[in-house]
Amino acid sequence: MTSTLAPAIELAGLRKSYGEHVVLDGVDLTVPAGTVFALLGPNGAGKTTTVNILSTLIRADAGEVRVAGHDVVREADAVRGKIGVTGQFSAVDNLMTGEENLHLMARLHHLPKDQAKAKVDDLLERFDLVEAAAKTAATYSGGMRRRLDLAMTLLGTPSLIFLDEPTTGVDPRGRLIIWDIVKGLVADGVSIFLTTQYLEEADKLANRVAVLNGGKIVADGTPNELKRLVPGGAIHLELADVAALEAAAMLFPEGVRGDDDLSLRLPSDGGIVALRRVLDSVEQAGIEATSISVTTPDLDDVFLALTDPSARKEPVR
Amino acid sequence: MSTHVVADSATMFRRNLLHMIRYPAVTIPVVFTPIVLLLLFVYVFGGTLGAGLGAGGGRAEYLAYITPAILLLANTANAQGIAISVATDMTEGIIARFRTMPISRSSVLAGHVFGGLVQSLIAMAASLVVSLLLGFRPQASGAGWIGLLALLVLISFAISWLSVAFGLAARSVESASNLPMLLLLLPVLSSGFVPVDSMPSGLKWFAEYQPFTPIIESIRGLFAGHVETSDLLAALIWIVATAVLGYMWARSLFQRRALR
Repeated sequence: MTSTLAPAIELAGLRKSYGEHVVLDGVDLTVPAGTVFALLGPNGAGKTTTVNILSTLIRADAGEVRVAGHDVVREADAVRGKIGVTGQFSAVDNLMTGEENLHLMARLHHLPKDQAKAKVDDLLERFDLVEAAAKTAATYSGGMRRRLDLAMTLLGTPSLIFLDEPTTGVDPRGRLIIWDIVKGLVADGVSIFLTTQYLEEADKLANRVAVLNGGKIVADGTPNELKRLVPGGAIHLELADVAALEAAAMLFPEGVRGDDDLSLRLPSDGGIVALRRVLDSVEQAGIEATSISVTTPDLDDVFLALTDPSARKEPVR
Repeated sequence: MSTHVVADSATMFRRNLLHMIRYPAVTIPVVFTPIVLLLLFVYVFGGTLGAGLGAGGGRAEYLAYITPAILLLANTANAQGIAISVATDMTEGIIARFRTMPISRSSVLAGHVFGGLVQSLIAMAASLVVSLLLGFRPQASGAGWIGLLALLVLISFAISWLSVAFGLAARSVESASNLPMLLLLLPVLSSGFVPVDSMPSGLKWFAEYQPFTPIIESIRGLFAGHVETSDLLAALIWIVATAVLGYMWARSLFQRRALR
């Protein structure tokens, strides 16, 4: 069934600027229906602007934008009928209780009363909000607000959900609840468009990941494909003192110094040969290392490699 | 999906009523400001100003004279309350949520308008009750009272739309009460508190032609039991124009207003 559906998102040549400041400079993306797509990028890369355009909140300057098979400008209401948005800033009514907030959504989706009640009760249960249901949202903690926010988004049974940094400011338990819910939604065939700063989150949840930087997509693929983009992981050397760190840094000019913890991080594929070479060099030079560890590449490395301002060739605007 | 515009507006109206109950800090001054002004004007200035109304004038006559203006003050005080509520609401994330849902765009605004209407009717009723307790004795017939109620509802409705637009036009919550402040002055610069004839010529010209004068004259006439058709007609034209302008302005501001 999935194959016959229109892609959840189709973006071509998306551009947006605010005055002189170019936020999106020609973004192309396709997200197949029923998949989880994660958009990564440093602060200010344009992730939220992208979500705002896709969710009909703001208009692009140029480009073709189709969401759930509909044009976001010409068929905005059709798009709105299929999406759910949980933005970066909590979209709950502070003067209403958690339960009232959910019932507000039920009324705006024109659900019959008994159906609304069943759905509200179910969502309160699933999001661990039963005890807080009768308290006004103003009294909620950050994590509870996020959960209520997501529960309100789900009340409309959307087929595509935008999650703009859904777990920022959420405690570990709340994060697990949200991750479980997202996995459950995907199992039900819902498409997810996620932005996040937590690469672990993208790695755990997403089928595909794109990195947005300087208004452009600089990498796009499965988490594993992206990891292969950066040359291997790293060998971490911990040195006994500052003198040893100085000597090791001279020996491996490509290493990244950690002056605080007397460590040196050497880019490497993490293989045995490379490890032995490092150990031999250290020993021959008579440098006193206290420990050595190997890390395989994770999305953090990909992210840093792709978005490091010093590694970027184009001028910074 | 405009087919649900009535249902969605009713939902938003419920939300605004709930806000009024949960956060009465906006409603309370709107209800008490006109009452305090009524007491001030009647008991501090009323003796002197009443004498100025002509032969046989006094505090009691002045009470009858300013009651219509006090009702309008309740309305214009409410305009500030509405503008502040709207400006505050626009800073809330839930408005962004509403914009991503297939609901009628005007329903969010209609919720504020009808919430404001209720607030202003409460404020006007409270002022009128105090005025009656102080000894105001209207001569209106049954039909006169119905006409009066209809006129007051229409005025509140029109001013509510304008106030929603003021609230949307404000750049911040702090500046939301600036434009309605001008509205608060208008009843004072009309035939509301003193006869227009007693004003200097420039001001008199302004007072004669500004919208609040025919509105106040119509309310005064309906209370007294004999209203001038020309006043009522002028009042209705101003009210309809204000409502249409307020609605169109508010709608276009709400559509255009980009996210921060």
